[in-house]
Amino acid sequence: MMINRSIKVLAGAVLGIGLMTGGALAAGDAKELKSVDWHHSGPFGTYDRAQVQRGFQVYSEVCAACHSLKYIAYRNLMEIGFSEDQAKAIAAEKDIEDGPDAAGDMFTRAGRLSDKIPSPFPNDNAAKASNGGAFPPDLSLIAKARVGGENYLYSLLSGYEEDSHGHECPAGTYSNPYFAGGCLKMPSPIADDLIEYVDGTPATVDQMSKDVSAFLTWAAEPKMEERKAMGFKVIIFLLIMSGLLYAAKRRIWARLH
Amino acid sequence: MSFQTDNKLIKWFDDRLPLVSVMHHTFVQHPYPRNLNVAYQFGSILGVMLTLQIVTGIVLAMHYTAHTSMAFDSVEHIMRDVNYGWLLRYMHANGASMFFIAVYLHMFRGLYYGSYKAPREMIWMIGVVILLVMMATGFMGYVLPWGQMSFWGATVITNLFSALPVVGDPIVTWLWGGFAVDNPTLNRFFSLHYLLPFVIFGLVFLHLVALHQKGSTNPLGIEIKGPADYISFHPYFTVKDFFGFAAFGVIFAVFVFWFPNYLGHPDNYIPADPLVTPAHIVPEWYFLPFYAILRSVPDKLMGVLAMFAAIGVLFILPWLDRSRVRSAAFRPQYKWFFWIFALDCIVLGYAGSQPAEGNMLIVSRIATIYYFVHFIFLMPVLGWFERPKPLPTSISEAVLAGKASTSAGENA
Repeated sequence: MMINRSIKVLAGAVLGIGLMTGGALAAGDAKELKSVDWHHSGPFGTYDRAQVQRGFQVYSEVCAACHSLKYIAYRNLMEIGFSEDQAKAIAAEKDIEDGPDAAGDMFTRAGRLSDKIPSPFPNDNAAKASNGGAFPPDLSLIAKARVGGENYLYSLLSGYEEDSHGHECPAGTYSNPYFAGGCLKMPSPIADDLIEYVDGTPATVDQMSKDVSAFLTWAAEPKMEERKAMGFKVIIFLLIMSGLLYAAKRRIWARLH
Repeated sequence: MSFQTDNKLIKWFDDRLPLVSVMHHTFVQHPYPRNLNVAYQFGSILGVMLTLQIVTGIVLAMHYTAHTSMAFDSVEHIMRDVNYGWLLRYMHANGASMFFIAVYLHMFRGLYYGSYKAPREMIWMIGVVILLVMMATGFMGYVLPWGQMSFWGATVITNLFSALPVVGDPIVTWLWGGFAVDNPTLNRFFSLHYLLPFVIFGLVFLHLVALHQKGSTNPLGIEIKGPADYISFHPYFTVKDFFGFAAFGVIFAVFVFWFPNYLGHPDNYIPADPLVTPAHIVPEWYFLPFYAILRSVPDKLMGVLAMFAAIGVLFILPWLDRSRVRSAAFRPQYKWFFWIFALDCIVLGYAGSQPAEGNMLIVSRIATIYYFVHFIFLMPVLGWFERPKPLPTSISEAVLAGKASTSAGENA
């Protein structure tokens, strides 16, 4: 029926408003993002455990100097392929302030699995004071909090330029065409061979940018694998259900003719 | 055929409190036109969506903390540490979007088939009230995670009331519970966000009482004339509606499981910061057409009034439309204007998502003017000038004549 088709077109169009806004807002004055074929993208995508673990190493040895990751606990590291002993060992390397004890004093102890990753600064003002007035944002949700997600993080981290192509960045800011406005207060955080990967992967800027972006994607969306796996069961169930109900509907309505 | 049973207990109970009879009447024997098509599926889908929002919302409220210093953290706690918390939250957030998709399609169906016309004005008007309460509920729900868009959306929308002369500023202060959007605002929004869905539930009940009073419209727009024209709700529409739920569920599931943040805004994953204003403050997609109308008027007060008038005009639609023919199928000119109007709403939605400047501002102004021209000028005038096609004498005659040429089950 013509009307049925029209209703479907309308349904698509109403949905379209929502979809358009997603893309429409991505347009800014920044350069078009580099796109990576991530292991975790696509309907079946899962996190590449080795890559996410390398990303955690980049975070711990580089980013963690300024950026907190306050929603991630050491126990969560077991979700990205670390064994319980490895996660315990990683936690134990950190000193965590605890207390007050029976005498009312705060004390320091080795980290445990249940501890959240400690923040580098005691408060936001201390973080700003150490970073020229710019607040280094918490990275737990950064992959979901920026248009472009992990592609944005990768492009930004690997996109610093010595030459600012004519537009001068003020003192204390650094040129990066992927950042809105082109100048940001974070200097290029990584350089070739800045760290030595545990698994022996060559630590290039490109590799480290990709790895830490993959890690931060996991940090922002740790239930993604569980979500997609459940989604498939739900969709298959609903499709079979729709088919059966449609057949039942045809059969019941056939009585009317 | 009314409800009959041999069970003595049920008889005793139903004689004193006729719940079983009422349910039987509503969900089993109530007559519906036999020619309802797919456009008529959305009412029952909306009932399911409302129930789903209430159920997921109640469980989310068990884990959520309505305090400016803890709201954002508590949402992340739900996402990371509560069993299936991510599922509940993504179902609730995307469920709101699906709810609005369904309600807009439900309303466009009403516009196309003239469902608002006499004697069904009350069904339509209660529906418009439901839309208003839904919008208030959706808006307040979006504030609860206390992200950047939550905070700034709340600031922009509550500030609209400051446009009112004299009483504007006191009203805004009263709404906020202070001199800025802050903890008292978040608390009352949580309280009202929990309350309003039950108000909607009550309104839906009235919507259905009014519907059962006059019966459903149908794609032909003519009344039921005899037993050949109608079929009972069960089994014909129970099975058809359940098919609708499953099919709609597929679309819903695609969003929940693969694109859970697509309809949201990345800025809402940044905790609210009263000192940092986002570059573009945009409401949720379902408010965009109204947001475009608001911004297309240069004067703030007039903009606010235009936005409310865009919904207010729906209230008087049954009296604006002068045509006695209900269905657009028999209204050759109205059919065109209906689709132009639908397109106009989409243009407004797109314009609302863009910064209000340059060509987009001109586009949104033209689209806003057309929105009102459609209701205030075209609807009355068309009724006088249009020559409707001849109506079939009865539903059954039209349906059975159509069956000869098209295959069975086509109208599913």
